[in-house]
Amino acid sequence: MSMDPTIPGAPPERGFLRLALANRSFLIGCAITLAVAGLALLSFFWTPYDITHLTVADRLKGLSTNHPLGTDHLGRDILSMIMIGARNSIAVAIVAVLIGMGIGVPLGAWAAARGGLVDEVLMRFNDLVFAFPALLSAIMITAIFGPGALNAIIAIGIFNVPVFARVARAGALSIWPREFILAARAAGKSRTLITIEHILPNITALLLVQGTIQFALGILAEAGLSYLGLGAQPPMPSWGRMLFEAQTRMIVAPHLALFPGLAIVVTVLGLNLLGDGLRDLLDPRLRRER
Amino acid sequence: MIAYLIKRIAIGLVTLAVASAVVFCVLEIVPGDPALLMLGMNAEPEALAALRDEMGLNQPVLLRYVDWVSGMMVGDFGRSYTYSSPVIDLIAERVLVSLPLALMALFLSTAIALPVGIFSAARRGKAADTMVMGAAQVGVAIPNFWFALLLIYLFAVWLRLVPAGGFPGWGAGVWPAVKALIMPAVALALPQAAILARVTRSAMLEVLGEDYIRTARAKGMPRRIVLWHHALRNALIPVLTILGLQFAFLLAGTIIIENVFYLPGLGRLVFQAITQRDLIVVEGVMMLLVATVVLVNILVDIGYAIVDPRLRTRR
Repeated sequence: MSMDPTIPGAPPERGFLRLALANRSFLIGCAITLAVAGLALLSFFWTPYDITHLTVADRLKGLSTNHPLGTDHLGRDILSMIMIGARNSIAVAIVAVLIGMGIGVPLGAWAAARGGLVDEVLMRFNDLVFAFPALLSAIMITAIFGPGALNAIIAIGIFNVPVFARVARAGALSIWPREFILAARAAGKSRTLITIEHILPNITALLLVQGTIQFALGILAEAGLSYLGLGAQPPMPSWGRMLFEAQTRMIVAPHLALFPGLAIVVTVLGLNLLGDGLRDLLDPRLRRER
Repeated sequence: MIAYLIKRIAIGLVTLAVASAVVFCVLEIVPGDPALLMLGMNAEPEALAALRDEMGLNQPVLLRYVDWVSGMMVGDFGRSYTYSSPVIDLIAERVLVSLPLALMALFLSTAIALPVGIFSAARRGKAADTMVMGAAQVGVAIPNFWFALLLIYLFAVWLRLVPAGGFPGWGAGVWPAVKALIMPAVALALPQAAILARVTRSAMLEVLGEDYIRTARAKGMPRRIVLWHHALRNALIPVLTILGLQFAFLLAGTIIIENVFYLPGLGRLVFQAITQRDLIVVEGVMMLLVATVVLVNILVDIGYAIVDPRLRTRR
């Protein structure tokens, strides 16, 4: 990560690894996130069972050595379903974050660079999006334009835009008054060039931290949407849909409702810990304010 | 302060106006003919034309928008396409479920989070703080509908203490109705309480580092009074902000929880309306929720002024 050495609080490159290894949140968060991502990647090549192969004779089995997390109402292996479901959750949340960053950061940086009317209009627009209940609007978007992973991504992504716009603007506004920006302006650089060369590299830490938070929220939102049947469609497994299907079978097979939920909790927890850890590592000033 | 309030209200009204245009436009581009929806696929073309005329669907878009907005101002949200009753009646009926649910959840989450956050801040770095904040960290990660499923399994399937879902209506008496809302309220409240506890703790920690706290302690003021009187009041601003956000979130967030527990609230109304393409109901509920968010934000700003007298003169 390129950090401008004139920014107080930017970590010295040499000590970073040592600090990272001493930060418990960061370590645990990293381990969990890597493990979940690893399982999701592994599912592309191998899962314990083929989930497109239905063995109705094996339906609603409890935990066993054959099926460590049991089987669902169609005899599919829960562990395999969760592994492939991780793929879906991560993909939806990551792309939604990228949409939010891709649109929100330029807007926020632009507002900070121009100020005045541009800033005012963009920020009022931001407030407008915030006034819409995000989850309800996402439900509306997916329900009206058709359920599915793609529309879920768009619906969640739209509500990431104002979040990143706000963070980028606030970050950029704190950098603009600095001397080295003044020097760059005196050197005749345009506002756009300054934003790209000096502002953006200095708010990367902020954006990265916000990215992990939105990533975690995206996983929760995707789970909610697919619980309502508006996310990824069968046969693609998703954690939310697994929970929905488990609800009606709770009396006979309570384990069905347990593991997909745990998968969500562990993933979100890992990302939140990672975000907290990153914030401490990248910007010690923020740590003191906590 | 007054000038500031007027400005806030003006901004709120503009937000509402733009929001209404957005909601109207989005739902305008959705395919589907409301008249066809009401009469069914086998409707006579004449009847269809007559109904379209009666519903004003043949009028220009702009005129229909103006009609819709001016109707809402006097409490006329139009007529539902599928229930054939006024939207406002449907909303009024469902609000009686969603609003108590959201308020119960808000109360629960505040009642849990404030003491926990203050307790944790007062014992910063000690084992109790680490444990409580670890639990809060996990709480933030729990999706409320999964927590709801666990509660249903524990209290309805296993212990058989409460029904697994459904709502008897307020006509069945206050206690049965409240009883049906307890589990949903807890499911909504706990993840929110985890967030609020973290915010309360960090707000308290910031205030506890201030000079006047040290002064108060130095002149011999008991720790508890300093904590609850001097510190809490000043820590309330970020807490209020989150509370305001949470109320709006809870009101809209009931949509999944109401589906989990089969509660006839606003969330279920709007969810069913969306799937049945009853767009006028969707529009009405959306506007109501946006208006609530705007109103709550203004109330939060007034709350700031009450909590922090400095803000009354500034701005």
